[in-house]
Amino acid sequence: MDILSLFVVVPILTVLALIFAKNLKQARVVALLGMFVQFAMSINLIVAYIKERAVNTDIMVFTKDVLWFGTFNIHYSIGVDAISVVMIALTAIVVLAGVFISWQIDDLPKEFFVSLITLSAGVFGFFISTDLFTMFVFYEIAVIPMYLLIGIWGSGPKENSAMKLTLMLMGASALLSVGIFGIYFNSNADGGALTFNIFEIAKVHIPIASQNIFFPLVFVGFAVIGALFPFHTWSPSGHASAPTAVSMLHAGVLMKLGGYGVFRIAMYLLPLGALTWTNFFLILSAIGVIYGAFGAIMQKDLKYVNAYASVSHLSLVLFALLMLNKTAWTGAIIQSLSHGLLTALFFALIGMVYGRTHTREIAKLGGIMKILPFIGAVYVITGLAYLGLPGFSGFVAEMNIFVGAFEHPDMFHRIITIVVVSSIVVTSVYILRMVGKIMMGPLADETYKDLPKATWFEKVGLVLLMIPVLFIGTMPLGLSEMIKASIQPFLERLL
Amino acid sequence: MILGVSIYEILTLTSILFFIGVYGFITRTNLISILISIELILNASVINFVVINKYLYPDVLQGVYFSIFIIAVAAAETALAIAIIINLYKQISSVEVKDTEVMKY
Amino acid sequence: MNFSYALLIPIIPLALFVILGLFSKKIPPSISGWLGSLGLGASFVLSLYIAYHYFLGAKVDGVYQTFTYKNTWLIFSDTLHMDMGILIDPISVMMLVVVTTISFMVHVYSRGYMKGDDGYTRFFSYLALFSFSMLGLVLATNLFQMYIFWELVGASSFLLIGYYYTKPSAVAAAKKAFIVTRFADLGFLIGILVVSYYSGTFDFAELNNLEGNIITNWAATSFMGLSVFTWGLILIFMGGVGKSAMMPFHIWLPDAMEGPTPVSALIHAATMVVAGVYLVARLFPLFYFVEDGFVLSIVAYIGAISSLVAAVIAVTQTDIKRVLAFSTMSQIGYMMLALGVSKYEGHEGLGYMASMFHLFTHAMFKALLFLGAGSVIHAIHSNELEDMGGLRKYMPITHITFLIAALSIAGFPGFAGFFSKDEILAAAFENNTLIYVSSVIVAGLTAFYMFRLYFGIFWGKDKKYEHLPHESPLTMTIPLLFLAFMSIFAGYIPFSEYISADLKSFTSHLDLPLAAIASTVGILGIGIAYVFYKKESNLPEKATHLFGSFYKWTFRKFYFDEIYLFITKKIIFGILAAAIAWFDRVIVDGFMIGIGNVTMAFSQQIKGVQSGKVQDYAMSFIGGVVVLAMVVFYIWIN
Repeated sequence: MDILSLFVVVPILTVLALIFAKNLKQARVVALLGMFVQFAMSINLIVAYIKERAVNTDIMVFTKDVLWFGTFNIHYSIGVDAISVVMIALTAIVVLAGVFISWQIDDLPKEFFVSLITLSAGVFGFFISTDLFTMFVFYEIAVIPMYLLIGIWGSGPKENSAMKLTLMLMGASALLSVGIFGIYFNSNADGGALTFNIFEIAKVHIPIASQNIFFPLVFVGFAVIGALFPFHTWSPSGHASAPTAVSMLHAGVLMKLGGYGVFRIAMYLLPLGALTWTNFFLILSAIGVIYGAFGAIMQKDLKYVNAYASVSHLSLVLFALLMLNKTAWTGAIIQSLSHGLLTALFFALIGMVYGRTHTREIAKLGGIMKILPFIGAVYVITGLAYLGLPGFSGFVAEMNIFVGAFEHPDMFHRIITIVVVSSIVVTSVYILRMVGKIMMGPLADETYKDLPKATWFEKVGLVLLMIPVLFIGTMPLGLSEMIKASIQPFLERLL
Repeated sequence: MILGVSIYEILTLTSILFFIGVYGFITRTNLISILISIELILNASVINFVVINKYLYPDVLQGVYFSIFIIAVAAAETALAIAIIINLYKQISSVEVKDTEVMKY
Repeated sequence: MNFSYALLIPIIPLALFVILGLFSKKIPPSISGWLGSLGLGASFVLSLYIAYHYFLGAKVDGVYQTFTYKNTWLIFSDTLHMDMGILIDPISVMMLVVVTTISFMVHVYSRGYMKGDDGYTRFFSYLALFSFSMLGLVLATNLFQMYIFWELVGASSFLLIGYYYTKPSAVAAAKKAFIVTRFADLGFLIGILVVSYYSGTFDFAELNNLEGNIITNWAATSFMGLSVFTWGLILIFMGGVGKSAMMPFHIWLPDAMEGPTPVSALIHAATMVVAGVYLVARLFPLFYFVEDGFVLSIVAYIGAISSLVAAVIAVTQTDIKRVLAFSTMSQIGYMMLALGVSKYEGHEGLGYMASMFHLFTHAMFKALLFLGAGSVIHAIHSNELEDMGGLRKYMPITHITFLIAALSIAGFPGFAGFFSKDEILAAAFENNTLIYVSSVIVAGLTAFYMFRLYFGIFWGKDKKYEHLPHESPLTMTIPLLFLAFMSIFAGYIPFSEYISADLKSFTSHLDLPLAAIASTVGILGIGIAYVFYKKESNLPEKATHLFGSFYKWTFRKFYFDEIYLFITKKIIFGILAAAIAWFDRVIVDGFMIGIGNVTMAFSQQIKGVQSGKVQDYAMSFIGGVVVLAMVVFYIWIN
């Protein structure tokens, strides 16, 4: 078994093992074991990748290709570059932390972990595939369990939220599949056989008329899950209703599939279409950045604040991708990583506060730090990291994006960059408002006095997420250079 | 072969019989009546088999055998239908079609 | 010469922060206080050592050399990359001394002031974080590194102002300070983007290079009538305006006094708030040469206006820490205007030197004033001037040191403030009469409000105290004594020998006529304060009536807070954010839900087909068969 396929096989084996689990204790041990193996493998993958990269200059390394469905020339073809590697590592960390955070789930634990891990298998598969169709299949595998996870284990108007989320993402998938088949049927434009393989399609000159048609389909198809304005409304209600670990995984990882897909498929396979459409989507994403930030100011529910903040931060990823230069793209990838970790932290913390106080309403919370010092301190640190304080990953990402975006020679791009940069002020407003209200200030309710302190598994989950945030924030050079090297071939297509 | 009676007349008769059955099937509100209508439809087709066999291929008997086959199956089917109707009656104390409309939307 | 060991100066507080922060629950207060003080003491000694070696030995051909040690931290593009490192030149060495001195003193002082507080160790870890960030800012080799530490000092200031985090007013003040400076930093960041984009570098050495691309070619690019670099510098200066609490971003500074008093002394008097001055000084050649000093004149006017407005407001405030806060703002305005009127070379660059000189002496006497005020607050548990009076009997050391600091800031001849203020006035006099006049008025006002404070606290009517106030413990009075010593003798340092815009020494003399005018005005201010406040009298009330509504305006700080509150609460929160929230809920989400609803309604319409009646199905079945049969038949016969 090769090093990449294991990333799909291990979750499947874990799911199979989970079926035999009898109670919560066994279920979480099995889940933890599986995901820990996954985590160790991802660390190993990073090391192996760095070693392999030193001797191998292909775009993708660890490649493998197996014919899967001959009639349509569908292959199970896999391979990774630096971008997939860091995304895989992010997913492994968030899923492992998610298992820790769901340590005490009491309702149908076995089924919960089965859905969660199935979802993660889809995500891992998505990040390793280099075949359009296989990628799409894994994408669907990742999206579907979401419905069950929110609909069964959620809170509030969970059925409605789950349905809204699933329907909107399915709608996007419909556009996406049209786009993908459009690419497929144009993949013989230079003669030769029809193919789904990304790198073979990249060699073909798809006519510009088709590119202009299919680029927006593929872009919107992926961007909906990346919360592009105005297709972001599934995200606030979805996150608000989802259980903690699912919010973490969804905002932390699943929403990153959008940016990744845009980068890997839309921009790479349809470069001429991208050039035609960038200005239009640039405006939408810039609106998303500002709009999400302002939207977050007025929310009353903690999870809503965070959901709108995610809209803002992920629009920034799309914004950076549309800037079409190396620095901004590096920033986009690091922003994906950074937001994945930070938003997972936030949702974990909100889950912990909610689990204790049984409310997420900002007005009803206050002074929690005094009672729960560990959670409070991590909350404040996460908040500061989220608003882009230096020393944390968010700063590195944002600065790459802003510097890169400002490098664009066109005046329109630079002015829109300045507009987007101003979101950092709005971000600090909503973050500080939230932190100031719920963590600081006088205790809102006397009954909060004897809330239980953070348990060991909660601490492990939080620390696990915090370490990479600090690492990227203080020593970004290695990571950014690794990513930059992998971006090069993709960027060349657009120049 | 019946003297003075052509195949057309008999086929017309069976057609009438068939459509009476169809009409009954669609308009009756009582399950038993619907069952009787189905019997009419079946019998119309049985007569058709026999008549076409007799008038067109008098030297073979497949049509006749087939009609006996249908009668047997129809009997079994009727028994089954009656059983369902009786059970239904036990459940909802009615054999009206309008009371069985749970399989909708 | 090798100064790379200067790296240790910020590293020690960083290590302290990590240790104290991670184990804040485990380390007992007795250890953490000592640990913090010793660590900063080490940094302090190192800074002095560096200053000694640098100022006495780093001159080549009469020019102070610049030493840079750096590593690449992040590569943006082929031209732009960001380094982390340390830059040793006259002003950074001087700032090292200022920051470590005050920080060390505040650490020692806090051991007494914070005694018995719940978060004692946490407090020291924050202080260490702040010291680290401030030292990093001072030593920054490039704009971006400076921005990083700029943000970090902002964050540590947030943590320290909000140190009493269960107090809503402290939380509000912390948020306000952070958000207002963050807004100003937005300008800073955009300025960095603009300048770095057009110049291709963040590095101070390259930006300030007199033969470099910017200074020789600034006119090549233009945007809306000014050079692009001018816009960039204005935006960068906006960051400095925010951090240094100049008009119109000064509103956070008075509120920041919610933090513990040692914090006010360290951050909001001596070090962080002068970061804006330091920023302008750091980029001085750029400010001076680009657009022929256009931005520098903006600096001068903003400094002058801020110093005047703040001095007027300080006269009417009753909270002693707020008086000191406005006084700080006023004095920083002085430094700004001195930079603004400065020229580049030789004695012409007097303003630059004066600004740095005043920064140095101000740090000493203002920290002393705050620590003295802290000592008073520690004794009687109130900030209000009304609750004080006659304290000289109970707190002799605090009384004497406070008096020294007040004399120093009032520019009484012989004290440190006298010398530095004189240089500023001389520089202003030579270049801009309007600014000079306003500065002299500010000098008089300063003397007046400082002695209003002094007489109000230590003289006046003896108040009835519930607990008899007593002198603070030794750990608090030793820093007071040290800083008092500095407040007198710092003025005798020959600053122009060491610090100048073009890095060459020059000699400056005391300008006697100007000094005489300033001293007279100062003493006049002291005299009026003596008459008004030495004994209980009705003169202040009469004066209040004399000024009428102007007094009210001043007392309400010219309604700046109310204006900002209106803009943020009503316009941004009330109108913009609420409108967006509404738009999102009703229009965007409504549209998506609408799609769902339309689908549902359509399905509602056609669901009748699935009626559940077997006969309906049979009917449509037969109908279908008939239609099909007819179609087939039709085709067949044709």
